[in-house]
Amino acid sequence: MKLAYWMYSGPAHIGTLRIASSFKNVHAIMHAPLGDDYFNVMRSMLSRERNFTPVTTSVVDRNVLARGSQEKVVDNITRKDAEEHPDLIVLTPTCTSSILQEDLHNFVERAQLEAKGDVMLADVNHYRYNELQAADRTLQQIVQYYIEKARKKGELPTGKTAKPSVNIFGISTLGFHNNHDCTELKRLMADLGIEVNTVIPEGASVHELKSMPQAWFNLVPYRELGLTTAKYLEEEFGTPYVDITPMGVVETARCIRKIQQVINAQGGEVDYEDFINEQTLHVSQAAWFSRSIDCQNLTGKKAVVFGDNTHAAALTKILAREMGIHVVWAGTYCKYDADWFREQVSEYCDEVLITDDHGEIGDAIARVEPSAIFGTQMERHVGKRLDIPCGVIAAPIHVQNFPIGYKPFMGYEGTNQITDLIYNSFTLGMEDHLLEIFGGHDTKEVITKGISAESGLNWTKDGQAELNKIPGFVRGKVKRNTEKFARERGFKDISAEVLYAAKESVGA
Amino acid sequence: MTVAQQPEALNFECETGNYHTFCPISCVAWLYQKIEDSFFLVIGTKTCGYFLQNAMGVMIFAEPRYAMAELEEGDISAQLNDYEELKRLCEQIKRDRNPSVIVWIGTCTTEIIKTDLEGLAPKLEADLGIPIVVARANGLDYAFTQGEDTVLAAMAHRCPEKSPVSETEKGERNAIQKLMNFGKKKEDIAQDESEYVDHPPLVLFGSLPDPVVTQLTLELKKQGIKVSGWLPAKRFTELPVIEEGYYVAGVNPFLSRTATTLMRRRKCKLIGAPFPIGPDGTRAWIEKICSVFGITPQGLDEREAQIWAGVEDYVKLIRGKSVFLMGDNLLEISMARFLIRCGMTVQEIGIPYMDKRYQAAELALLEKTCQEMNSPLPTIVEKPDNYNQLQRIYELKPDLVITGMAHANPLEARGINTKWSVEFTFAQIHGFGNTRDILELVTRPLRRNNNLKDLGWDKLVREEAKI
Repeated sequence: MKLAYWMYSGPAHIGTLRIASSFKNVHAIMHAPLGDDYFNVMRSMLSRERNFTPVTTSVVDRNVLARGSQEKVVDNITRKDAEEHPDLIVLTPTCTSSILQEDLHNFVERAQLEAKGDVMLADVNHYRYNELQAADRTLQQIVQYYIEKARKKGELPTGKTAKPSVNIFGISTLGFHNNHDCTELKRLMADLGIEVNTVIPEGASVHELKSMPQAWFNLVPYRELGLTTAKYLEEEFGTPYVDITPMGVVETARCIRKIQQVINAQGGEVDYEDFINEQTLHVSQAAWFSRSIDCQNLTGKKAVVFGDNTHAAALTKILAREMGIHVVWAGTYCKYDADWFREQVSEYCDEVLITDDHGEIGDAIARVEPSAIFGTQMERHVGKRLDIPCGVIAAPIHVQNFPIGYKPFMGYEGTNQITDLIYNSFTLGMEDHLLEIFGGHDTKEVITKGISAESGLNWTKDGQAELNKIPGFVRGKVKRNTEKFARERGFKDISAEVLYAAKESVGA
Repeated sequence: MTVAQQPEALNFECETGNYHTFCPISCVAWLYQKIEDSFFLVIGTKTCGYFLQNAMGVMIFAEPRYAMAELEEGDISAQLNDYEELKRLCEQIKRDRNPSVIVWIGTCTTEIIKTDLEGLAPKLEADLGIPIVVARANGLDYAFTQGEDTVLAAMAHRCPEKSPVSETEKGERNAIQKLMNFGKKKEDIAQDESEYVDHPPLVLFGSLPDPVVTQLTLELKKQGIKVSGWLPAKRFTELPVIEEGYYVAGVNPFLSRTATTLMRRRKCKLIGAPFPIGPDGTRAWIEKICSVFGITPQGLDEREAQIWAGVEDYVKLIRGKSVFLMGDNLLEISMARFLIRCGMTVQEIGIPYMDKRYQAAELALLEKTCQEMNSPLPTIVEKPDNYNQLQRIYELKPDLVITGMAHANPLEARGINTKWSVEFTFAQIHGFGNTRDILELVTRPLRRNNNLKDLGWDKLVREEAKI
C-alpha cells in the first residue's frame, strides 16, 4: 500500500480508452463497476467534444461478483455492435477485471461470432502498466491486428508510395496540445514535400491501417506513444522511423536532417539545409530571440523542469541550449523510461530527478528557489504557493490547457509558442519582484470603506458569524443589502435570521 | 398543458443500469470539508485515485484531508499484510495531520479481495488511539450521493448514547454555552428556551453547508421546534447525542441507509417527510415535522407565497417547458416535484435507486403536485439505460435535459439544452431562502439561449455525425 494524494499518469485503462476513442468508429467497452466511466466526462469537458465519447461500461455489480459476467459482456458487445455499427470494439479491462480474472478472451471470441465488426481485448494489466504504457501497447495491438488481418486476406498493399511519404504517430485525444502539434507537423511535411500517408490514432479509420507499410518512414514525435508500433513496423516491413521530437529550434533541425537521411537512403534526393536555414533565421523567431536583449536578461536565471519524457527533455534542452538559462534540475515521472531521459538531459542540467511523488518535487522546488518552473498543473500550484511563476508544459492538465487558439509545441510555430511561454513566465516573475521592492502599483491608502462604514447597526455574534461564511467577493454587497433591509424595517440588531430574511427579500 | 387526466399511480420502470454517474467515493470531496477534523482514506486503486483527482478539480491542490491508500500487486495477492500496511499509513496520517477520526472508504477492490475492513478497524483503532469509521462506498453497490449515505450510516453508530450531563450541571460544565450566554441575564436564557415548544428531541441527518444548516435550523425555530443536533456536525467530536426514542428527519433523498440505521440500531423514530428542496418541499417538510409534534405551523402560507412571488421572473422562463432528468444523484424526485410546481412538464425521471419507503412522502407529494398542476404523471425509471434514454430524448425533444457531464456537451452540440446535474449536489438548494439558487441553475441554459437566440447556431454537429 502506498499513501498517495496525486498521480501524474492515470491507470492503464485510460491509456487504452484514449487510443480507442481517438480512432474513428471504434468503440470501447469497459469491464468495470459503475462510476468508472469518468473518462467520458474528462473527454467531454477537457477537449469539449461535440460527439458522444464512444465508451460504454459493461457494469460489474454484485451479481457479476457472485456468478461471473456470463452472458453480460458478450451481450453488451453484440448490442453495441448492432446499435452503432463500429468497425472495432475494444474490450477494456480495468483494475476490477484484473482481480476477477474472468476469461475476457473467451468473451471476445464468443462475441466475435455474432458481431459484424471486429472485437478485440486490450492486452493491458492494470497492475503492470500505467496510462502511457497502456496507450502505447494498445496502439501497437490495433495496428498489428489490422496488418495481420489484411495479410491473411491478401489485401496488404505492397511497395511504397511514389513520392516520399510518412505516417505520423501518437496524436491522441486528451494529449497535451496534440491537435495543434498535428496541424503543425502536417504543415512541416507539406513544406518538405512529404505526403502524409496516415495519422494515427486521432481521426484515423481502422481500414486505413493496412496502408501504413506504404509510407517511406514513420515519424514518432512523442516518446511515450507510438514507439512500440514503429518498432513493429520496422521489424515487419523494414520501415525506418524517426523518433526525434521536433520541439525547439535545434531539435527541429535535427529531426528534419534525420528525415532527409532516411529519405535519401531510399533513393530520394532531398536537401533540406536551405529550408532549415530559412525557417530558423526568418520564420521562427526563437533564434532571433536568443540573440535579443530580452533573452540576454534571462542568462543564468534558475529554472526547474518537470513533466513527461518528451516535453521535459525538450524544454530542458531549449532552456539550457537555446536561451542560456540555468536548469538546476530536470525531472520526469516516466519512471519506466528513466534511462532515456537521463541520457537526453544529463548535459543540460545540474541534476536529474526521477520520481512520481509530487511531495518530493515540491520540496525540490522549494529547496532550489528557481525564478520559474516548467511543469504540470501540480507544479503550477506549487509555484502559486511559493510565489514562483510556472509555465505548464505537460499533462496532467486542466481545461485551460486545451486552448482553442493555435498553440503547437512542435515545429517552427511551436518554437515561437514556447518562446512566449518561457519569456512570459520569467517577466511575470520579474515584474512581481519589482512591485514588491517598490511597494505595489499604487501606494495610496483606501480612505473610505464604502457607505456601510457608519451604519449605527449592531451585528450580533451569530449574524457576524454567518456573514463571515459568505464568500469574500460578495460579502460587501450582502452586508450593505442586509443593513439596508434592517434600516428599512427598523431592526437595531442584525442576527443570522435578519441576514437570511434580507437575502430572501432581495433575492441576493 | 395536456387535458386533465384521471389520477393514476406513478409508473415505475427499471432498465439495464447502464448509466453514467459518479463513483460514490466522491462523497469524500464534500464530507472532508464538512467534518473539519476528519481524514478520509480511500483504500483502492489508481482508478479510484484518478477519478477523485479529476473530479475534485482545484480542491486537490488545497491540501485536502483525504488520501488514497493505493493497493499494489502485493496487496492483491496477499503477499503483504493488510493490517500492517494500514497501520503504517494511518500512523503517518496521525503524525502529519492528527485528525479526530479517520474514515476508511472501502472500494470495489477491497470488496472483491474481501479485505475485512470492519474487522481490522477496531483493532487498529485501539492501537492508534484514533476512531476509525468504515464506510463501504463502492461502485459495485452504490451510485454517487449514496456514498454519503454509507458514511453517515457508519457515523450513526458513533453518536453518543446519553447526554453526558444533566440539566443542572449543564450550566457549570458546558463552558462554551456559558461563554455565549456571557452577559445575558438568567431570565434571558430561560426566555431563549421558552421560544421552543416542549417536544421530544429532534436530530436532523444529512450533510449540508453550514449556512444552510443555520437557515433550516432557524426555520424550525420559527415554529418553536428545537434542533437538538445534526448528523454530521461540523466536527466528529461534536456528533449529536442520540437516545432511544429521539425523532430524526432526513434532509436529502439519498439517505435511506442512514435512516434505517437510526431506526433499527438507534431506536429512533423517523419522520417521513418530503425533502426541503424548493419552497413547496420546505413547507411540506416543516408541516410534517410540526404535525408529528402536534404543532400548528405558523405563517407558512404567506412565507411560501412570498418566496414564489420573489422568484416569478425565473419561474416565468421555465413555465410550460419540458424537462427530462437522466438520473445520477438521487435528488431527481424532489427536483422533478419542484419543477412541476414551477409549471414544467417532466417527461422522465431517471434515478439510480428508488427507495419507495424512505421517499414515500416525497413520492406522494410528487403525485399530488402533478394533480394540482394538471400535469401528467411522469415515469420514474430506476437504473436507467443512457443509450435508450438518448433515443427517447431525440424523440421527445425536451426543452431541458438534466444530465451528467458525459452527455452535456454532445447534447448541446445537437441543439438540446442541458443542465449539469452534479451542480445540484454542490449548490445550496435547501430551504426557502435557496429557491432562487436552484432556479438560477435550472434557468441558466435558457437564459444563455435567450442571449444567443438570433445567431442561428443551435446545431453544431455535421449531418453525417451519428447521433
